[in-house]
Amino acid sequence: MTGYIADVAALARKDLRLELRARDTLPAMLLFVLSTLVVFHFALPTGADEVAAQGLLWVALVFTALLGLARAWAPEREGGALEGLVLAPCDRSAIWLGKAAAVFLFLVAIEVVALPAFSLFFSPLDGSAVLGVLLANIGICTVGTLLAAMAAASRTRELILPLLFLPLAIPLVVGGVGASVSTEPVRYLTFLGLYDAVFAILCWASFEYVVAE
Amino acid sequence: MSQSDYVVAAYAIVFVTLLVYVAIIAAKLARLERETAALAELARARRDTHG
Amino acid sequence: MPLIAAAAAGLVGLAIVFAFLVAPEDADQGISQRIFYFHVPIALTAYACFGWGAWKALRLLWTREERYDLESYVAVHQGTIFGALTLATGSIWAKASWGKWWVWDSNQLVLFLVLFLFYSAYFMLRFSIEEGPRRANASAVYALFGVALIPVSFFAIRLAEDFIHPTTFTRDGPQMTGTMFLAFCVSWLAMSVLAYALYRVELLGKRLDANLRELREALT
Repeated sequence: MTGYIADVAALARKDLRLELRARDTLPAMLLFVLSTLVVFHFALPTGADEVAAQGLLWVALVFTALLGLARAWAPEREGGALEGLVLAPCDRSAIWLGKAAAVFLFLVAIEVVALPAFSLFFSPLDGSAVLGVLLANIGICTVGTLLAAMAAASRTRELILPLLFLPLAIPLVVGGVGASVSTEPVRYLTFLGLYDAVFAILCWASFEYVVAE
Repeated sequence: MSQSDYVVAAYAIVFVTLLVYVAIIAAKLARLERETAALAELARARRDTHG
Repeated sequence: MPLIAAAAAGLVGLAIVFAFLVAPEDADQGISQRIFYFHVPIALTAYACFGWGAWKALRLLWTREERYDLESYVAVHQGTIFGALTLATGSIWAKASWGKWWVWDSNQLVLFLVLFLFYSAYFMLRFSIEEGPRRANASAVYALFGVALIPVSFFAIRLAEDFIHPTTFTRDGPQMTGTMFLAFCVSWLAMSVLAYALYRVELLGKRLDANLRELREALT
């Protein structure tokens, strides 16, 4: 068991180190989310209420995540390393978990800037909204990483990932917006937790089939 | 459009979809028939050159 | 197999008779309620097809037998067709009942919209990967995600009602009279058998295709 966790940690650390050295994905995601928020300011007509703005935060988060996910497996693809990883004596699902963990940390890094920016531009976010974001992050990372690996096998890589991801992201958006907006956020947070549990298990169990030859 | 027109439209859509499906299958059958005929021809040619 | 097709044809005919002649007219909605006899069974059959597709997908991943890939694909294909029909009949019913072609109020319609998007992506995925075990596995995993999405989306849409749009309309409840229920069941059976017949036909066609291709490769 500790071997498994060590594998996952090593894989995640590798991704973080790669990103720190290359510094291409994170700055792009950051700039994208900030630009999107500014566009939203102009896209919202005057008199649109704060609740609508909360919804738009989630649009920004989902699409920024998509940007990052599209590049998630790029290091493995470009180096041909995915085949090597798959042959390595670690559990295949560890590859997925390590990558998902790395993507999660990327997303959190983005949100550390994006959420305060949103509070500044639009309306303040309360604790349940932030918790909603974190829980939704888990869902985005687990499902998105697996779908990105699937898309990597496809001819239309960048095109197909959003198509695969968006229907699955809809429940996350509902949960997240509900957590921010509703008077009883607990229901939505529980729902997000449920989504995370169900899909994390599903991804964990099925990843090895996605990368198998 | 009256209410009963809508009912007719709903059932009609299902019916038309079915008909389209049948048409597609018919076209596929025709193609498969051409394909098997071509393959039979190939098999015959093979048998004649080897025999 | 011709027996199944004949049964399907007979049952569908019977269902129409029941829906129009046997069942009494609904007091509130009038004649447009009769759409329900097709719309809901088609929806249920779509769910069943997706479930069937997911089951076949699971079998594929379990046993790695190639034939399950095709069976799963055809089932998902049928489900998508019936799903599209659900959206179409539902939209017509919405127009008849409430005057608009689309309403976000109907949870079932919204759920089907999400599922339709999801399964459309299934086909895009399938057509963009080369044939082989990679494609079969990816399709199977995606089909499994689909059935997981069905209940999750259902709850999400229910939860979304609170802040999206308060439900102002309620539709058919389970207060159906005896004959109405009978008509509904007949229709449901008819749709299921119809879907199965179409499934078998399509499967046959695709298997023929595959066999012929192999034959051609062997001969040339």
